[in-house]
Amino acid sequence: MTALNEIKKSLLVSIWFMFLTFPIMVIKVNTVEQTISWRWNRLAAVGIGSFCLSFVWRYMLKRKETGAKKTALGNGGELSAVQRLLQNPRFFKPALLATAVFALIYPFYFSMYQVNIMTTALIYVILGLGLNIVVGLAGLLDLGYVAFYAVGAYSYALLHIHFGLGFWACLPIGAGLAMMFGIVLGFPVLRLRGDYLAIVTLGFGEIIRLILENWNAFSYGPSGIANIPRPGLFGMHLTIHQSLIYIYFIMVAIVVFTIFVVRRLQDSRIGRAWIALREDEVACQATGIDKTKTKLSAFALGATWAGMGGVVFAAKTTFINPASFTIWESVMILCIVVLGGMGSILGVILGALILMLLPEYMRAFSEYRMLLFAAALVVMMVFRPNGIISAVRRNYEFKGTNEKETA
Amino acid sequence: MDYFMELFLGGLTRGSIYALIALGYTMVYGIIELINFAHGEIYMIGAFTALITISVLTMLGLNKIAILLIAAVAAIIYSSAYGYTAEKVAYKPLRSAPRLSPLISAIGVSLFLQNYVLLAQTSDFLPFPNLIPQFKFLKAYGGIVQSSEIVIYVTTAIVLVILTFLIKFTKLGKAMRATAQDRDMAMLVGVNVDRVISFTFVVGSATAALGGVLIASHIGQINFYIGFIAGIKAFVAAVLGGIGSMPGAVLGSLVLGWTESFFTGYISSDYEDVFAFLFLVLILIFRPSGILGRTDTDKV
Amino acid sequence: MDPVLDIKQLTMDFGGLRALDHIDLDVKAGEIAALIGPNGAGKTTFFNCITGIYKPTQGDMFISPGGKNRIRINGLKPNQVTERGMARTFQNIRLFQNMTVLENVMMGRHCRMRAGIPGAVFRNKATREEEKRVVQESYEILEKIGLEQFVNEFAKNLPYGAQRRLEIARAMATEPFILLLDEPAAGMNNQETSELDQLVLKIREEEHISILLIEHDMKFVMSLSDRIFVMDYGKKIAQGTPQEIKSNPAVIRAYLGEDVDA
Repeated sequence: MTALNEIKKSLLVSIWFMFLTFPIMVIKVNTVEQTISWRWNRLAAVGIGSFCLSFVWRYMLKRKETGAKKTALGNGGELSAVQRLLQNPRFFKPALLATAVFALIYPFYFSMYQVNIMTTALIYVILGLGLNIVVGLAGLLDLGYVAFYAVGAYSYALLHIHFGLGFWACLPIGAGLAMMFGIVLGFPVLRLRGDYLAIVTLGFGEIIRLILENWNAFSYGPSGIANIPRPGLFGMHLTIHQSLIYIYFIMVAIVVFTIFVVRRLQDSRIGRAWIALREDEVACQATGIDKTKTKLSAFALGATWAGMGGVVFAAKTTFINPASFTIWESVMILCIVVLGGMGSILGVILGALILMLLPEYMRAFSEYRMLLFAAALVVMMVFRPNGIISAVRRNYEFKGTNEKETA
Repeated sequence: MDYFMELFLGGLTRGSIYALIALGYTMVYGIIELINFAHGEIYMIGAFTALITISVLTMLGLNKIAILLIAAVAAIIYSSAYGYTAEKVAYKPLRSAPRLSPLISAIGVSLFLQNYVLLAQTSDFLPFPNLIPQFKFLKAYGGIVQSSEIVIYVTTAIVLVILTFLIKFTKLGKAMRATAQDRDMAMLVGVNVDRVISFTFVVGSATAALGGVLIASHIGQINFYIGFIAGIKAFVAAVLGGIGSMPGAVLGSLVLGWTESFFTGYISSDYEDVFAFLFLVLILIFRPSGILGRTDTDKV
Repeated sequence: MDPVLDIKQLTMDFGGLRALDHIDLDVKAGEIAALIGPNGAGKTTFFNCITGIYKPTQGDMFISPGGKNRIRINGLKPNQVTERGMARTFQNIRLFQNMTVLENVMMGRHCRMRAGIPGAVFRNKATREEEKRVVQESYEILEKIGLEQFVNEFAKNLPYGAQRRLEIARAMATEPFILLLDEPAAGMNNQETSELDQLVLKIREEEHISILLIEHDMKFVMSLSDRIFVMDYGKKIAQGTPQEIKSNPAVIRAYLGEDVDA
């Protein structure tokens, strides 16, 4: 009886979606030749697809409800298998070692193309980790994050053109400029409520992109800036292949540095303040935490990493234009953070690698990449708001009174 | 003076279209405090459905006005259906989630619908036929205003009257206001909150669809991306007027329409969109409650 | 010696509505004072004003940590008020749900800590020691409040009564000289209420912290407080010892009137 009911429900869903997608999926009009093609096979695909997916959807909704009922006790109860595995030093150490070895030999065993893709993915790892500070830890939804990425990229390009500065000089300068932008933009907007903040940062992001597009004298307009040099290595002449490997290793180093810094930050006084701010702003202030300063520090640090990513991006592609810095790029980085797990370093790294590498290796699917990311955003929010790997809070060590007396 | 008049009327046209979209933003925000990021895409879906309907019917050789009316109805039905479905799938399961979750979900819906249309249809701009007949009496005014603009003004005004009536005098309108005030309380006194929220999405989407059809026939082309910019601008208008307030949304839309029109007409058209975003940033920073909005203190 | 908390003519308007109307209130060192009144009398608004969450329309607010160094706290931000030694809890529990119990208390120590971003990254000796000390101190506070068995639980998984106590622990961690408790016994059963009673007394006796509390549980208020202030419709209608308040006709009218209205 219930099975019949379920099938009936799914059938209704399937009919609804066939109706819903009918004009846009099935009818394709050629407005020039005034012909119409009817693509009925798509209707069948939608019908069958939504029929099957509706079962999955309902099953997952049910599982989520029962999951919410049995509140897992304590920090330990909510750990997934992956996390338990990672906390086990017998597994963790070798895994870390293996990853390190893999990262070191990777460029010598894989093609230039693949090294290039991996470098891009690593850039997104640090962008993700940077945005993770802002969104995941401090709970500030920043939809203009890509603006700071643009600041980094353009500072390298422009400083090179006007002052002949090299990559290594520009890396800290780009990061610093992005941080300054973060502070200047953050100061007025950070007192806004969550959703308004998201929209204002989106506005700022688009303003910066539109300025880059229109202010030809400053930014060379939509045609962008070409011939940005790759990083140099003690004045040696590197072939393109060598310099790609070099950039790859620079990125590996920056990723390691980023993980180190973010890890330390999130278990520090300031990191705890970010999380508290995300949890409850009013209580946070009443507990003696300076809201503005705390938010600003998260925002500025996030921006710093975007700036750093931007400099490397410009050096890697040797060409930048405003089209690389649209709002959808921000949304994509947000996807990485949300999918991976807000506040979780490992999650964000995995998120970035999955989102960047999967489409490259599954060509057939790369056309649908944005569609799937978008669907993933919704599905993650509905079923697994904590992401693939949810953040864990650390257990601190302390002595009880009794132990202290005996000690 | 003629130039001024032209800009004034152009601003009124823009403002009216913004108003049709902004109403949906403001209604949804009023009721569930969600910035429905995907609202612009609903408007885009409306325009696409209309274009497809028009193309099919034109080949069947129907009368122009009949085609336009049928296309408008189809757009309304489909936009409403998309709005309704988006709410059921992406927002309803997140009613009790932290505030940012539905917003992120809405961004997902927006991106999804854009790419859906891009993949299922095309990324090119498609020409949109103008089926609105030339009104004869306008000739006397030397073509300062087109008949499609007149239709836009009149439709917007009618929609406003209907919506005001709906909210003020019908039972459903009362339920909407109650839900907006206090959802839990409304539920306790027997309001079917789920239905009210669905209904709000349907009405908002229908209004946006109308805006989509009208602006598409006025401008003459559409693509999958028109929803984003129009959506953002309508959102600016809704915030400017005071989000949650319907007269505010209309007022904000007209103010934004006129300012944009005069700014591009007298100063520079290069930075037209920068201007809208700047407007957005400045309002949110200095007067987040908008012109007609109430300043609400966070409940502690 | 000055009163540790001294409020003069505090007035708060929301639009046309006067939520607080020229309220005078003071708390002396070592005192447990209570603020009572029917629902909607403006008690929580009063707390929100003096802790800097709302900006009062009129009036002066002073605190004197330890009875000296009188400071005017008008216009201070909530965190500045807390830093100067006035901590509070909330009527609807506001814990950091996804942080552990220990971390919640550690947040209270935040304003007494110094480590910045460089300290966090480089983890120099001062930072490491500070961190260790804070963990230890926070644990000791938990022991005092009797929550040590929950130390590594998420705050959201605590039983209701324990959540209320954790809010007090977090407030205590800021080293206040005065503690504002907003309906600390709300939703507690008799057992929990009497434990809370003991806890509040202990905080006063052992930590020498003055207390101002809002409470509806009359038995709790009468047995605990040295002095009681009564508010109704934004006005202070009475003040005095529990005995005086019990027999005050204005108070009886306010409470009975509420019953009749309801």
